[in-house]
Amino acid sequence: MHSIVLILSTLVKSFSGDSQAMIENLDSVLLSRIQFAFTLSFHIFFPAFTIGLASWLAVLEWRLLATGNTVYGVIYRMWVKIFAVTFGMGVVSGVVMSFQFGTNWSVFADKAGNILGPLLGYEVLTSFFLEASFLGIMLFGWNRVDRRIHFAATVIVAAGTLISAFWILSANSWMQTPRGFRIGENGLLYPTDWMQIVFNPSFPFRFVHMVTAAYLTTAFAAGGVGAFYLLRGRHVREGRVILGMAMIMAVFVAPLQLLFGDLHGLNTFSNQPAKVAAIEGLWETRRGAPLILFGWPDQAEEKTKYAVEIPKLSSLILTHDFNGEVRGLKEWPKDQRPPVLWVFWSFRAMVGLGTLMILTGLTALVLYIRKRLFDVRWFQYWCMAMIPAGFAAVLAGWFVTEIGRQPYIIQGVMRTTEAVSPVKALPIAISLGAFILTYAVVFGAGSYYIMKLIRKGPETEAEVYGSHGVKEPPLITGIVSEKE
Amino acid sequence: MFSLESFLDVQLVWFALIVTALFLYVLLDGFDLGVGILFPFAPSDECRDRMMNSIAPFWDGNETWLVLSGGGLFAAFPLAYAILMPALYMPVILMLLGLIFRGVAFEFRFKAVKSRFIWDYAFHFGSIVAAFMQGVFLGAFVRGIHVEGRSFAGQPFDWLNAYSFMTGVALLFGYALLGSTWLMMKTDGITGDWARKCASYVLGYVGVFMAIVSISMPVMNEGVRELWFTLPNFYYLVPVPIVTAALIILIWRDLHRGCENRPFFFSIGVFLMGYLGLGISLWPWLVPFAVTFRQAAAAASSQSFLLVGTLVILPVILTYVGYCYYIFRGKVSHEGYY
Ligand code: HDD
Ligand code: HEM
Ligand code: HEM
Repeated sequence: MHSIVLILSTLVKSFSGDSQAMIENLDSVLLSRIQFAFTLSFHIFFPAFTIGLASWLAVLEWRLLATGNTVYGVIYRMWVKIFAVTFGMGVVSGVVMSFQFGTNWSVFADKAGNILGPLLGYEVLTSFFLEASFLGIMLFGWNRVDRRIHFAATVIVAAGTLISAFWILSANSWMQTPRGFRIGENGLLYPTDWMQIVFNPSFPFRFVHMVTAAYLTTAFAAGGVGAFYLLRGRHVREGRVILGMAMIMAVFVAPLQLLFGDLHGLNTFSNQPAKVAAIEGLWETRRGAPLILFGWPDQAEEKTKYAVEIPKLSSLILTHDFNGEVRGLKEWPKDQRPPVLWVFWSFRAMVGLGTLMILTGLTALVLYIRKRLFDVRWFQYWCMAMIPAGFAAVLAGWFVTEIGRQPYIIQGVMRTTEAVSPVKALPIAISLGAFILTYAVVFGAGSYYIMKLIRKGPETEAEVYGSHGVKEPPLITGIVSEKE
Repeated sequence: MFSLESFLDVQLVWFALIVTALFLYVLLDGFDLGVGILFPFAPSDECRDRMMNSIAPFWDGNETWLVLSGGGLFAAFPLAYAILMPALYMPVILMLLGLIFRGVAFEFRFKAVKSRFIWDYAFHFGSIVAAFMQGVFLGAFVRGIHVEGRSFAGQPFDWLNAYSFMTGVALLFGYALLGSTWLMMKTDGITGDWARKCASYVLGYVGVFMAIVSISMPVMNEGVRELWFTLPNFYYLVPVPIVTAALIILIWRDLHRGCENRPFFFSIGVFLMGYLGLGISLWPWLVPFAVTFRQAAAAASSQSFLLVGTLVILPVILTYVGYCYYIFRGKVSHEGYY
């Protein structure tokens, strides 16, 4: 019991960075950070899944229209229901996010509004309306519109999710690598070059890495479900298609993600070297820096304990030279270092999961060549175990990015402690509690209904899709119209 | 470089755009929140399914106007956003929680079997909380916000008083009117008849609350009093209350003559008049009696950058939103499309 308390308090301490911040531990800054991190971590679960799912549904519908093979329609009808549930949760948690800039970070909203406001404004205009409107047609329009228009609606929703990712990641990347602005004498930030703001140096890397992450998340979540059907011997025809498509993603895209991640890291190395030092757990600046595989970075003692190292590898990766120089955390004053422990371990979690994804793809390839992909039981169990992998990796990745930027809210320009709203700690504590409770209920119920949909599986019996005008309701069968 | 602000009053255009977006939000989410407010009182489960069907394809798009109002305020008038959100911290969070529960209820209740009633109530109470809090904003807003320097300087519970409670209740009735007249248009049979009864019950309350708010504004605030009751102004402004009263009477007659579509559009007219009256009284404040829309405006280049896109994209949005309403036109009973 005592040790649990000890671990928890270490974690909270490490989250708030240097021990200086500990003094203000329970003030509105820390509470706002926890609330923002919690609601956003909750939100990102759904985009990570819906971005990939929307694109996949578009592919399925395209295959259906192109080949006329009904199996695609059956799979589409099953997953579109799951899409509806997750999309709904993504929307409501996203609306929360859009208000929190003002409720919890109002000073930040005031000072950076000139720059971030238009980016988020464009997100609403170019994406949210598109998604929300055509979602109606996608879910409820089967019997009302031509099948080509329905397909167009699916494609538009998928495009909408990508456009949304474009703008929000541009905004987030600008906070990591701010460019194209000046600071007025009143302390407000003014835009000077919109091209530089939108296409700031870290944005292309972050956008590609995140979209790929979303595709992988969906692939592993869906693939595990396909494996589950094969294992049970139910819906075998659909299960093979689902698992097959997922493994195509794993084979081709998972290794690409390693490449994108590596490029992203190199970009961060030149823009946010302190973050990379935290990722590496490196305290002293040195040539020929080792790669620390595992260890326990200790912020107070300024060293990484119990380190398991590979000599010179870090220098090689980051500078392409065995004796290149890598800057350590001691280069920065204590109050400019991010909380190392979280960044260090989140990064290892993400890369570890990425490696597992690559290995899964390789295994699938070998099994496929041996013509045994669909009937090896241990592989089916393995794929089921990988269902949460993408979600966990996405979360870990965002922890690296966001916590690695601390103590800044805008890298090098504005500190998080300067950004907070003039709201007292008590209301924030109450709202944080309310969010945790609400999200627990909503998430619990949502997962339960999704599980139910998966257990029920695709409905093969009546092929209603595409036959325009058929009265059978596509989404929820058996909701009868009113008898009067 | 070419600049919009040299030939256009960009600040004024943005003010108009945000006010319009907020009005569209009030109308559009107003009718679906109204359906939620009336939900458990419907005569049967089949009625409730229909009521849901009548708004299910639209609610997400309707709520997006709220995101646009908030996001637009952040983009075009960041100072106002940065003052109002902390000032209204608790009601904003409560509204968001309400919107969460009602939003997920759409999908969850159709997936649930035994627990469906839970989501019916989540939908109902979520709608009530969200609508009530929006009314509270209105009350807190017209009472004025305490500002020092560039931030809110009041107390956490400034927003809570008898007046804002009253405006909260008033908006519940207002939305219920929009919801019931919407249902008259979109449903028939038992549901339609019941909606008609609801509408005539709610209509009286709407009239009374509008009268209270209209009278209290000039009583509480000298600036507003001067605006309305000095002489040339009075003649220009007096049509607003007269048209409102006329519209309420017209709705009343329609309700008793069996018109199905007109009451909804007349109710929109009532809202428009109320909004107009408020807008005239509060002009040019964006944070009442502390910050005008010009003081709150973002940098000219920020406003122009977003405006260029908005002027192109907004007509497109309105077109496809209209197209979606067109696709799902008609009474919901003819084809259960969920
Ligand atoms: C457009 C802006 C934006 C975007 C897209 C994200 N974040 Fe962020 N994040 C912030 C803007 C921000 C912020 C406003 O800058 C915060 C609030 C307090 C802070 O320090 O930075 C922050 C903090 C923050 C923290 C707390 C870090 C700390 O306080 O030590 C976490 C864990 C996350 N975020 C996680 C995420 C996740 C999971 C995201 C995926 C969607 C994400 N962030 C996207
Ligand atoms: C601080 C950060 C964020 C804010 C303020 C925010 C805001 C929002 C809002 C308001 C919505 C609802 C839109 C609607 O009404 O349809 C939404 C949904 C969405 N967001 Fe976010 N978001 C954030 C982070 C992200 C990130 C990082 C991504 C992706 C990389 C993302 C992708 C999406 C997508 C795809 C949707 C559509 C709904 C869904 O997927 O369920 N968001 N977001
Ligand atoms: C396999 C090797 C991988 C490497 C080398 C890698 C590298 C990185 C790096 C260096 C960052 C931080 C960039 C910064 O903040 O400046 C990052 C962030 C991130 N990673 Fe990875 N990553 C890998 C795999 C994955 C996988 C498999 C996923 C998810 C399925 C993922 C999801 C994310 C996300 C969501 C972020 C935050 C957003 C961003 O900054 O792009 N990563 N990754």
